[in-house]
Amino acid sequence: MTSTPLRDQSRVATRMRSTFVALGMLPVLILLAIAFQLMTGKFLTGNNLSIVMQQASINIVLAAGMTFVILTAGIDLSVGSILAASAIVAVKISLWPGLGLLGIPAGILTGLAFGLFNGVLISFLRLPPFIVTLGALTAVRGMARLMGDDTTIFNPDLPFAFIGNGNILGVPCLAIIAMVVVLLSWFILRATVLGTWIYATGGNQEAARLAGIKVWLVLLFAYGISGLFAGLGGVMSSARLYAANGLQLGQSNELDAIAAVILGGTSLVGGVGSIWGTLVGALIIAVLSNGLILMGVSDIWQFIIKGLVIIVAVALDRYRMKGGART
Amino acid sequence: MYEPNIPLLKMNHISKTFDGIKALQDVSLTAWSGEVHALMGENGAGKSTLMKILSGALTPDKGGEILVDGQTIPTGNTRASRSYGIAVIYQELSLSPNLSVAQNIFLGVEKSRGGVINRKAMLASAKPVLDRLGVSFEPDALVRNLSLGECQLVEIARALSLDARIIVMDEPTTSLSGRETEKLFEVIARLKTQGIAVIYISHRMEEIYRLSDRCTVLRDGTYVGTLDKNEINAERLVTMMVGRDISSFYKKEHKASDSSRDIVLSVDDLSDGKLVKGCSFQVHRGEVLGISGLVGSGRTELLRLIYGADTAVRGNVHVEGENVSPKSPREALHKGIVYLTEDRKGLGLFLDMTISDNVNVMVSIRDAILGGIRHFSMASQRTDRAIKNLAIRTLSIKQKVGSLSGGNQQKVLLARLLEANPKVILLDEPTRGVDIGAKSEIYKLIDELASHGLAIVVVSSELPEIIGIADRCLVMSEGEIVGEVTATSEHPITQEALMTLSTGLNRSNTVHKASEVIQENLI
Repeated sequence: MTSTPLRDQSRVATRMRSTFVALGMLPVLILLAIAFQLMTGKFLTGNNLSIVMQQASINIVLAAGMTFVILTAGIDLSVGSILAASAIVAVKISLWPGLGLLGIPAGILTGLAFGLFNGVLISFLRLPPFIVTLGALTAVRGMARLMGDDTTIFNPDLPFAFIGNGNILGVPCLAIIAMVVVLLSWFILRATVLGTWIYATGGNQEAARLAGIKVWLVLLFAYGISGLFAGLGGVMSSARLYAANGLQLGQSNELDAIAAVILGGTSLVGGVGSIWGTLVGALIIAVLSNGLILMGVSDIWQFIIKGLVIIVAVALDRYRMKGGART
Repeated sequence: MYEPNIPLLKMNHISKTFDGIKALQDVSLTAWSGEVHALMGENGAGKSTLMKILSGALTPDKGGEILVDGQTIPTGNTRASRSYGIAVIYQELSLSPNLSVAQNIFLGVEKSRGGVINRKAMLASAKPVLDRLGVSFEPDALVRNLSLGECQLVEIARALSLDARIIVMDEPTTSLSGRETEKLFEVIARLKTQGIAVIYISHRMEEIYRLSDRCTVLRDGTYVGTLDKNEINAERLVTMMVGRDISSFYKKEHKASDSSRDIVLSVDDLSDGKLVKGCSFQVHRGEVLGISGLVGSGRTELLRLIYGADTAVRGNVHVEGENVSPKSPREALHKGIVYLTEDRKGLGLFLDMTISDNVNVMVSIRDAILGGIRHFSMASQRTDRAIKNLAIRTLSIKQKVGSLSGGNQQKVLLARLLEANPKVILLDEPTRGVDIGAKSEIYKLIDELASHGLAIVVVSSELPEIIGIADRCLVMSEGEIVGEVTATSEHPITQEALMTLSTGLNRSNTVHKASEVIQENLI
């Protein structure tokens, strides 16, 4: 046996490293916040932070669903389109006199249905996720426009407008929903058997099958919950805007969601990652947008800077992880 | 071209060390022009390593030299080896299926005019090479439409087009039909008359008799000897290949005679339509059944069929009299069958997950609260027990499995299977890549499990291992069970008996020894 001090030392080193890994991108988020505060002087105010949370919330919800999918070594490119279709359904149902609140479940279930459709193709027909969801990205976008007669549908008396614009104890409802989604995702991934199965399937799908794991259920669930959260995102968007538009809503949202997951340290090859990382990743994206606006940076430069920050942050992260894994 | 008293190829004092382990130790090999030289040895004897050194894919340790026509050539350089006329034809062919025969022959050395491929010139120069081999297909045929045997001939043609004079063939007949094998032998005979030296690796005795002019045997990375054509006989070769003691660390506590006669696992005419051709056998309570055979004989495939990892086209599996015939690993698990894969990292463990999660992955759903919530205290209990019982060396149950040593990883995988509380355990190469200490611990564990009444099937390429732990041993060859050897208290199973059966020797020359019970059920 190794001597005790050596063992303790390596134990401490292991713990420090795992803390460091667990922290992930959090230091980057904090540094960004401090930098924007120093440069603008108005970033760290209660009002502004509430705006940041509100802006981040829909992406957090989409990225939470995306986390499940990417953990299984898949990808879901269709969430932006599903968000649009769900928003259209939600607003249309909200126009039913007296039953308008049904728009909420209708929107969410629409998302779930599209997600399960992806999941069936991927888990039972064994089609590649990239292809299936790329197809869904286009097809569902078309269906959203079809359902909305290719115009913007308004409902000025939207019965669930409080979701998009209300506050509870000063915290925006959107942010509360996002937090609930994160906690639910955390619970599923951390505390349920299904969560363990998701990590196992993403880590090694064939080994998972040989260990008796229902791989089909894992994949169906991952794409199902990604669709469901996209549906919820649709309800949230429409509630904020009192309207839905099949053409514009949710355009390229899938890319922001994927960026948040990657920034959060979840591996694209599957099996490694956490929902907390995703939360931090989505917040980094929101803080960047908000801070650059506060600084008066033009829209064009915002795009360029955001893209570069994502690449640099992930590059640093991979470099750091590599160093850790080698020892 | 060559002087008759200088050999075409001479490899002198070749040694190779990997991470401090000697894979080859002072091996020499000589091949003359126009000779077929067979290279024999068990799996892991060092044949492939030696051939990789010849092809330049590996560099030999200091002191080793390779001479072609009496001239020393640079080692560890594939280009140099090729330019001296050395070509290796591997078991896995490296052809592009969608290109023509001619294009494949000249792959990488295409004939072109100003960067534009000159198809005509390639077809024209491919023709004489193919004629040299006497083949029946045209140079413009698509490789996709050729049979496996014909593809092999294309590889040989490619070697000839590069002026190869020493051609290594690594088990070329493994996946060939009888007719294709005949065709290949014809081609080899032609190559001989053209002064080419063929180094022929095969496990099949008949082929060695028919083809080879001389035969060199390796064992455990050392040179055992070279036999001339008239000296080659089966018993002599087998003795040279296996002649070593069974080390003392196989200690069997459970006795085959203790095992009751109730059958736990019964496999009946199981086939996958490809690599497993109607296998039937039974395993009793408390029995360790070994399955021996060469790599590629269908042993792994048979275990996977029993476990439901692949789909059987025919046959049944019974556990304790109940027909289970699993269609998925999940079903097999529920019926009490577990399977240890030979590919621990690729098909077994989740390297990024903790020891605890790896041990519990099969049972976490059984232990779950409210149908789906992890029972973490139960999981730690199981993991602690596994770490204690199997002596897994680790800092904490939360350590990632990827950071453990090979032996400890294997124990984690075994612990996973045992937690599932099985009746039948299928072990595929249970000690592959495991250090000697963990090996003997795994043998002890298998012995203990048998004395607790489990039915155990062990597939292993290591003959001493099979002999050391099995009560009875089946021998597989080409997807069929070709023999059975039972150990009795006075007469243990011998390596000779197993090798004889697995190399298909008994088909032409049955070797019976009074001390063994060899049952042949040839089809």
